[in-house]
Amino acid sequence: MTENLETSADVPREGWLREGMAAAWPICLGYLPLGLALGVLARQAGLGPWEVGLMSVLVFAGSAQFIAVAMLAAGSSVGAIVATTFVVNFRHFLMSSALAVPLAGVRRGFLALFAYGITDESFSVNLARFRQGGWDRWRALAVNQSANAAWVAATVAGSLAGTFIPEGAFGIGFALPAMFLCLLVFQLQGRIHLLTALIAGLVAVAWYRVVPGDSYVVVAAVAAASAGYALQRRRRGSQP
Amino acid sequence: MTWSDYLLLVAAMGAVTYLPRALPLLALARRRLPQGLVDWLGLIPVALLAALIAPILFADGATRTLTLGRPELLAALPTFLFAWKTRSLGGTVLVGMACFWLLGGR
Repeated sequence: MTENLETSADVPREGWLREGMAAAWPICLGYLPLGLALGVLARQAGLGPWEVGLMSVLVFAGSAQFIAVAMLAAGSSVGAIVATTFVVNFRHFLMSSALAVPLAGVRRGFLALFAYGITDESFSVNLARFRQGGWDRWRALAVNQSANAAWVAATVAGSLAGTFIPEGAFGIGFALPAMFLCLLVFQLQGRIHLLTALIAGLVAVAWYRVVPGDSYVVVAAVAAASAGYALQRRRRGSQP
Repeated sequence: MTWSDYLLLVAAMGAVTYLPRALPLLALARRRLPQGLVDWLGLIPVALLAALIAPILFADGATRTLTLGRPELLAALPTFLFAWKTRSLGGTVLVGMACFWLLGGR
């Protein structure tokens, strides 16, 4: 069951920006309330719009930025905040590894730029698109950078707007979970993928309950992918 | 915290975030990978998505206890069905938000 990934050469370059931005809109919608909330919290922690914007540009990682702002407000040391950021964001190494398959053979400069925009959200959207076909690295880069622009803008806007943001309006807080659900549905092709998802979900919930922090994502993903891979091999081995 | 201290902080945060995003891609994309690794990496997206979403649906974020019947889980059921039937990402996001809102989720 090898992934049949089209190479970028098969996809016309034309329209890459428009198609990339169109694919990114659910991410941007989901980032809006998160970014606004982060900007408000950052302001309460004593960070101005420039400081929040700079953090969003340099770090571009939602949950790590929330934690960093809370730690700043609590007076944590620089070392502790940096170490926490590293741990929280380490899961991206898995996404970066998986992206090496559809981005095989692309030049280093592009990869270095592309890597900046790898998030849970852009990764999930791009992998689904690469899988469907008709997707290339330029469209994928447009997804990354549209999400990045929305994130920076939303966090700065939250900082400028201050305290008054209507919370939970229109169920917007569910935008990203709904997007992840749909992208998960796209991924459920065949028994192996279904079993891998079930194992990942079970391990993630069990780990989440017992171990503080975000390690559940990496632990569950590695465990489930390995279990799924073992099942795949066994099934292949038993076929004539 | 002075401006230069803050600059140092966010630069260091940026560096430790960027490296795990960049190093695997730079190391792996320009060499021929063994088929076993390609197959394993092919299962990473589905595993990551399930690992990200499951605790949101089945556990309470504040107490980290197993909770069935939160608006997140109730909204997820019609959202999942809609995604399954339509295969529309944008539509699913909007339907999910509407269900979550109607169920009183925040």
